[in-house]
Amino acid sequence: MGMTMVEKIIAAHTDYDTVKPGQIVNARVDMVLGNDVTAPVAIKEFEKIGIDRVFDKDRIALVPDHFTPNKDIKSAEHAKMVREFAWKYNITYYFEIGQMGIEHCLLPEKGLALPGEIIVGADSHTCSYGALNALATGVGSTDIAAAMATGRLWFRVPETIKFVYSGKLNPWVGGKDLILYTIGDIGVDGALYKAMEFTGEVIENLSMDGRMTMSNMAIEAGGKCGLIACDEKTREYLKDRAVRDYTPYNSDPDAEYAQVIEYDVSKIEPQVAFPHLPENTRPVSEAGHIKVDQAVIGSCTNGRIEDLRIAARILKGKKVHRDVRCIIIPGTQAIYKQAVQEGLAEIFIDAGAVVSTPTCGPCLGGHMGILAKGERAISTTNRNFVGRMGHPESEVYLASPAVAAAYAIKGYIAHPEEVL
Amino acid sequence: MRLQGKVFKYGDNVDTDVIIPARYLNSSDPAELARHCMEDIDKDFAKKVKDGDIIIGGRNFGSGSSREHAPLAIKTAGISCVIAKSFARIFYRNSINIGLPILVSEEAAENIEAGSEIEIDLDTGIIKDLGTGKTYQADPFPEYMQELIKAGGLIEKVKKEVLG
Repeated sequence: MGMTMVEKIIAAHTDYDTVKPGQIVNARVDMVLGNDVTAPVAIKEFEKIGIDRVFDKDRIALVPDHFTPNKDIKSAEHAKMVREFAWKYNITYYFEIGQMGIEHCLLPEKGLALPGEIIVGADSHTCSYGALNALATGVGSTDIAAAMATGRLWFRVPETIKFVYSGKLNPWVGGKDLILYTIGDIGVDGALYKAMEFTGEVIENLSMDGRMTMSNMAIEAGGKCGLIACDEKTREYLKDRAVRDYTPYNSDPDAEYAQVIEYDVSKIEPQVAFPHLPENTRPVSEAGHIKVDQAVIGSCTNGRIEDLRIAARILKGKKVHRDVRCIIIPGTQAIYKQAVQEGLAEIFIDAGAVVSTPTCGPCLGGHMGILAKGERAISTTNRNFVGRMGHPESEVYLASPAVAAAYAIKGYIAHPEEVL
Repeated sequence: MRLQGKVFKYGDNVDTDVIIPARYLNSSDPAELARHCMEDIDKDFAKKVKDGDIIIGGRNFGSGSSREHAPLAIKTAGISCVIAKSFARIFYRNSINIGLPILVSEEAAENIEAGSEIEIDLDTGIIKDLGTGKTYQADPFPEYMQELIKAGGLIEKVKKEVLG
């Protein structure tokens, strides 16, 4: 019997030749990640261990991205704690404001997330790097404290659900719509404890940015990771970035899957996830006349250059509706710079949108766009839970950059074609 | 170990954003986090909860963010154990790592009512509803996790490994 890619990756990081779903192993990790919210808790736990070194200063990334640039004094104290830890242990990949970006946009860009690797991050959207064929998964602060000390962590080998996407994509349908549709189909715990494997001609043709959007939201179906095979596109993306050599692992043809789910994407139109769960998806044509107050385009889900280009195609020469606040957040400094060079930033500013420095900010109701009681946002982020972006009685609708930009112009949820 | 307390009951998909909203994550002080625990779905939780009380949730308890602040807030608020039909995977590992007892029992989560007084034997996984007298058997933990729990959590285990 063959093995799935996740089984192969785990086995390669242990002394076993093969591993089976359900088995719990203590595996080597290639990269450990923390941010300004989760690293402070991890640092406190790390100090309890009582050692004076980290396992490898080149395999830890610390990215202050959630409440930075510091939103208040308490956040500043946390950011300071992370900075001082990074200095003390000479952490190579600490990214100060000015170099930092949203962690899951930044690590792939810097070549720090590579095929066949195990990457653990104290952030649930660490699963984004599944698009690069890495077993990347969100863990807790204590987990990364242990991993920073030992370079190892415990894992339960997951079963795998294989998703096969075939057919021709409709206009304005991309990675975000595919993953929202998938979550709408299987539910927010449809892949609980399992690995998701995204396959098929549609995935092969999808850009790296689109693939990262899909893998990013594996956690919203409860998944441990959202893996994609390493192909020419992956290698091309990593050519001038990878900081280490890497060994990809692809699934065997006779690998055993818990389930195989097939989708004909020609039937999928742009999706909107209604409050308060990512599984509450509807095609945009069935969204009804939902008036919203704020549009957010950015985040680890959709803050990459392709996302900004799509938003700019829709916003070009148009004005954001007078009742709408449109906030656009490039994921990293490099994406920001590219958006400026390509003229996207100018399109956004002329349209009446604000363009922010990279930050997770509004996605988790941190800063840079908090909602008041009764307000609604359409957002390219990943969660629409109760109170996620502000007041417990506010609402978040999740969609692609195209739909969010169309809304910003119309003032209500609209199909991108309605504004062009 | 035996636990006894009153039940706070919630539905499916109780996410970490409602367990501890991100607007409070500029603190990592467990006591401060505990003061805001569950407030977006149960405004007076922090006032009502007493040491030893028990949370019962439905499916996918603790979904969403990886914030360890969530089990930490629950534990510090005085909750002695969380029972659910299923747990989201990061919340599950966080709870085990920090020593917040959690049990999976579809039946107990379905049948035990809010406000009930219940008793839990953590060694056997037997949950007893003291009002109705009915007992439920929670799913056993895999051996590796039992060891982790016995060691006192992940940091204690790592200490032994690293320092010998």
